[in-house]
Amino acid sequence: MGVAKAALRRALMLALIVVAVDRADAQSANATAPPTAKAGVPAPGVDAALDARVKAIASRLRCPVCQGESIQDSPAELSAQMKTLVREQLAAGKSDAAVMDYFVQKYGQWILLEPRAEGINLLVYWLPVAFLVCGAGVIVLAVRKWTRPSTSTADLDAVVPPGT
Amino acid sequence: MNWKRSFYATAAVGVPIIALLAYGMTRDPHSIPSPLPGRPAPVFSRAVFAPGIDPTLRMRVGDTVRLAEHRGHIVVVNFWASWCLACRDEHAQLSQSAQSYADKGVRFFGMLYNDQPSNGVRWIAQMGGQAYPALVDPGARAAIDYGLYGVPETFVVDERGIVAHKFIGPVSFEQMSVVLDSLLKANGTWTSDRGDSVSVRLNPPSMQSEAKP
Repeated sequence: MGVAKAALRRALMLALIVVAVDRADAQSANATAPPTAKAGVPAPGVDAALDARVKAIASRLRCPVCQGESIQDSPAELSAQMKTLVREQLAAGKSDAAVMDYFVQKYGQWILLEPRAEGINLLVYWLPVAFLVCGAGVIVLAVRKWTRPSTSTADLDAVVPPGT
Repeated sequence: MNWKRSFYATAAVGVPIIALLAYGMTRDPHSIPSPLPGRPAPVFSRAVFAPGIDPTLRMRVGDTVRLAEHRGHIVVVNFWASWCLACRDEHAQLSQSAQSYADKGVRFFGMLYNDQPSNGVRWIAQMGGQAYPALVDPGARAAIDYGLYGVPETFVVDERGIVAHKFIGPVSFEQMSVVLDSLLKANGTWTSDRGDSVSVRLNPPSMQSEAKP
């Protein structure tokens, strides 16, 4: 029993030391590593709010050298460079929309993974709704037809007098 | 009667879908329409790492090329890399174009895309030299500014600093001549904003852009 307790205490101490060393390492790394990629631009991991904005924008931009991948997901060098540019522009005070516009100016709307709801693009948004409404209409009409009481026998009854 | 009705219903749904798919077949899914032609060329300021051998175009290593300082000249910017196979196909013809049009005031610059300048220098030597200077583009900033998605891509900027033409894929001497001759003939009186600014797709650009050795 005493041996087990001692072992547990030793394990706990070891865990504490590991955590302490880890934290010290992280702190010294933060102190020695330059905190910014470019003057005034917080490196990833420093400013959580900025990181979140970069991630949100990068997830909506198409990687130019990949097939249907966002620059957030793509491991391509150009994607990383574009992400750095997004970070720098945000850190410089640009709004999210302004950063997106910059890329649209350079690459056209092709760069947007999600097309803007304007012009011909509206088809993408409204056509499924139109199909859904039409489909629902067809189903309603069909169900009505199927469930309508059959008039053929009534007609026959009307035409053919009872008793004949 | 029922047959007739279902025929019309099928046609009403099917014909637009078939028409849409047929239209899709006429499009190249890999071609990206560039918004740049007809718009002011993004300005850049980049250092020379390979001087160029043409006496008119030659610059010193370390010199800075600023696009804005070349206003009044037609400027050709070719994005390339030593790992790009298609760049080998166009290299000799681009150099030939640069030499032929140097005395007409046309300036050619090569912009190295995601590559080491040392590789670029070695590649130029292997290819037997390059008429025009080559510039470094750290962080691919100029490349992104020009909406690059592969190499080679070549931009022709007119005397007013407007992107007049974009070539995607390797360019031949003849293709370059057609564009340069028409710009030179216009000689500053070229007013159409989008008249000559068609983005043409010649050959697929090397899409192995990121698969560098």
